[in-house]
Amino acid sequence: MRDFEYEAPSTLASAIEQIVQGNGSVKALAGGTDLIDHIRTGRLRPNLVVDVKKIPELNVLEVGSEGLRLGAAVSCTRIYENAEICEKYSALTDACHIIGGIQVQNRASVGGNLCNSGPAADSIPALIALDATCVIAGPQGSREIAVEDFCTAPGRNVLESGEILVELNMPARPAHSGSHYLRFIPRNEMDIAVVGVGASVTLDDSGQNFVSARIGIGAVAPTPLFAKEASEVLFGLPVNEESINKAVEAARAIATPITDMRGTIEFRKHITGVLTKRALEKAIERARQ
Amino acid sequence: MAKKRVVSTKINGRPVEFLCEPRQTLLEVLRESLDLIGTKEGCSNGNCGACTVLIEGQPVDSCLVLAVEAEGASIETIEGVAKGSELHPLQKAFLEEAALQCGICTPGLIMSAKALLAKNPDPTEEEIRFALAGNLCRCTGYDKIVRAVQSAAKCCADTTAN
Repeated sequence: MRDFEYEAPSTLASAIEQIVQGNGSVKALAGGTDLIDHIRTGRLRPNLVVDVKKIPELNVLEVGSEGLRLGAAVSCTRIYENAEICEKYSALTDACHIIGGIQVQNRASVGGNLCNSGPAADSIPALIALDATCVIAGPQGSREIAVEDFCTAPGRNVLESGEILVELNMPARPAHSGSHYLRFIPRNEMDIAVVGVGASVTLDDSGQNFVSARIGIGAVAPTPLFAKEASEVLFGLPVNEESINKAVEAARAIATPITDMRGTIEFRKHITGVLTKRALEKAIERARQ
Repeated sequence: MAKKRVVSTKINGRPVEFLCEPRQTLLEVLRESLDLIGTKEGCSNGNCGACTVLIEGQPVDSCLVLAVEAEGASIETIEGVAKGSELHPLQKAFLEEAALQCGICTPGLIMSAKALLAKNPDPTEEEIRFALAGNLCRCTGYDKIVRAVQSAAKCCADTTAN
């Protein structure tokens, strides 16, 4: 592997200082499951690697009345070992359970998955469904951005030189809410999504009508997408096949996939519809529990 | 070249200090500096699991860990699994069930299976298959591996019951 310097700061301020001094040739290391491989293959060539796992703000994992605070360096395993998060933010833990194998889940962070900004990243459609906000810190202070606006192109995102993703915030879950993430892959595990869909719904007290919904779709465009129309078309509608089909059609309509070794355009568009339906059905089932 | 670092760890229960460059993976240091060659190098990109070791009891791919990150960590490798000449129940079960052919994947599989049984002493077949999904074996077809883990789980349960 190419030569680089390594720092493991224990405060956010010193991390930002080191990243600024690194002058563009610096990469943040959390779980390393993408980064170390990318350095080894020469795809990334940092002169400095800043290990962010010792920074308290990036290790926060709190679920309370305000919602979920998820530090950018928290591993998938830590997330799904929290029973309250599994219950309230199921789409997120569904995704964490299927990112790589156990060895990867023990290291990989959701923040890293987001910053890697792959179009097929499993956690991003789930974060979109759960309405996550990204908290970013940099030399000019901190700023917030909706997760669906974070990725800008395959492998690219809104982080400016010197900036670091600190945490992801997800709002508290109203009563009668449920969520789910699922993907299509040709095997049972250890694969990259051909299509991935995250859905979250909130139903009324009777459990028979949609109050609101959010759908995120992955691997069918250069970045994961918030399926805004597919989500909003459900507001106020009765929970039935006809309503779900409206969301399915709207989700399919925004999918602009490519043909590659994992699937054709036609297949991916079809699967987007199938998975949107299944994600909504499971989210509804959970909302009624 | 980046300056070498001193890293203090505990490996298989013993304090171990080593010198490494930031760019060296834990796998590289285990095999090349510490002569712990039981941990195997397969794909070097986190797909095959041949290099699986336990850090604080959790399986990780040592090819995707920088050695400098291991400062203060407690690491377990395949060399620490047997007690002297007494094989671990998983090692015995792998032999008895013929759960290996070429053997390259075996140390990693044993480490993953050991972590699974520590967490879940009586796993279902499906739980075993999911826990071992990050360990590839191109010889056995997995069936004998799954049976070996089931047999080791049963053996450990019997031992505890006695």
